[in-house]
Amino acid sequence: MRNISVIIKKQIKDTIKNRVVLIQFILFPVMTLIMENAIKLDGMPDAFFTKLFSVMYMGMAPLTAMAAIISEEKEKNTLRVLMMANVAPWEYLAGVGIYVWTICMAGAGVMATGLEKENILFYLLIMGLGFVISIVLGGCIGIFAKNQMVSTSLVMPAMVILSFGPMLALFNSTIEKVAKFLYTQQMSVLLNKMSFDKGIGESIIIIVINAAVFIMLFFIAFRKKGLE
Amino acid sequence: MIQCKNVYKSFADKTVLSGVNFDIPSGEIFGLLGPSGAGKTTLIKILTGQLSFEAGSVITLGKKVERLTGEDKKNIGIMMDEFGVYERFSCVENLQIFADIYGIPHSKIKQTLEMVGLQDAMRMPAMNLSKGMRTRLQLARVFLHSPKLIFLDEPTSGLDPQTMKSIHRIILEKKRTGITIFLTTHNMEEAAALCDTVALLNEGVIVEMGAPQEICRKYNHQKKIKLHLSSGEDLELKHGKESATEISRLFEAGNIETIHSSEPNLETVFLELTGRKLQEDV
Repeated sequence: MRNISVIIKKQIKDTIKNRVVLIQFILFPVMTLIMENAIKLDGMPDAFFTKLFSVMYMGMAPLTAMAAIISEEKEKNTLRVLMMANVAPWEYLAGVGIYVWTICMAGAGVMATGLEKENILFYLLIMGLGFVISIVLGGCIGIFAKNQMVSTSLVMPAMVILSFGPMLALFNSTIEKVAKFLYTQQMSVLLNKMSFDKGIGESIIIIVINAAVFIMLFFIAFRKKGLE
Repeated sequence: MIQCKNVYKSFADKTVLSGVNFDIPSGEIFGLLGPSGAGKTTLIKILTGQLSFEAGSVITLGKKVERLTGEDKKNIGIMMDEFGVYERFSCVENLQIFADIYGIPHSKIKQTLEMVGLQDAMRMPAMNLSKGMRTRLQLARVFLHSPKLIFLDEPTSGLDPQTMKSIHRIILEKKRTGITIFLTTHNMEEAAALCDTVALLNEGVIVEMGAPQEICRKYNHQKKIKLHLSSGEDLELKHGKESATEISRLFEAGNIETIHSSEPNLETVFLELTGRKLQEDV
């Protein structure tokens, strides 16, 4: 446990210094606050920007941050130093994962200020679950990528599909048919419903399948490449 | 402290280490000399359990290297050229991470940074450090948890002579505390100045091993003495009775300015044994 808390502490310290990751964490919460307060059109659904940006945040921030942190440590050979100092790979991944999840949840907390009070808990639950899946996928990319350049080239298409898929699905029915197989699209459906009432069975199944596939990919990547 | 018996290692079809044998007693500085690509870094990785090997046995800290536990590894410090530092963190912040991992009080960080001469750069981000300062920071990280066994992979490679000397001083100070140091280098002067024992490694084979002075004496085939006389003349005399008489005469006359034996240095010995220079790639 001590090593996990050391990794978390290290990452928290690095948050302010690492602008690439910092921007990922604060961009959407800040944009949500601005848009929700600045743009109010007749007929616009409640918390439109909060819901739209939340799904983009879910598919972008944890994925990019996780992959960037791991690949940077691999590229600069600091990960090997940690391993030689007896930090187990799972401790490192858990530390970074917990850190990314916590910071993203703080961001989601900021975004939730635009919601009705009774919806906040549901919203945070959905966001928390979505962050976990994105973190697993980001970890998977971080493990596969040799360096930051490879990591960026792998993260970019995944991020575009996961973040922009649900938004583009709003405007195009063909994209919607394809995007419905993404966990981010189903999270978007759940956020629009804001409840676990009837008709969420399909969403839950797709989310569970997405999570299972990414967890499997993560273990395959870890077994094949390890952390070095 | 380390026993390496008949170790073989190959990558694909290339044999990197072939029947490597040596024993390193506690408190000694053991130097592994060889040109780039000789297998020095591979051997460090094997001795520290980072890399598996095909045949032979390695005992590190009294245990088979494959059975070293996390607790055992706390007694090992490794500095490899390829190891990085956290660029955005200051020297203190870099060491804080490892102090926390090893459960060491933060008060020891300042002391360790002072020991390596980084007291004035404690708050400086690692990205602004010079190569020499960065090496010192890596040394500080190695010494922070007071390990019993330290591996230093080419610790002074690419450093200026002044920084190199200060790092030598730090290494010798540490030796006095009783720790064992395994050092790789292709700098024969460094090996001669620091090591109790050196092994000359060429293409994965140890071609000679012993105390640096002993090795040099062993390959002193010429057995000559070089004199520089006060007249400015240089004189070379072969070992023997006649030369002794001549030297005695010159001494009595006060004509000798300097006198040197002519045994080869480690570089020359390596060249004689392998036909290669230690620093051929530098």
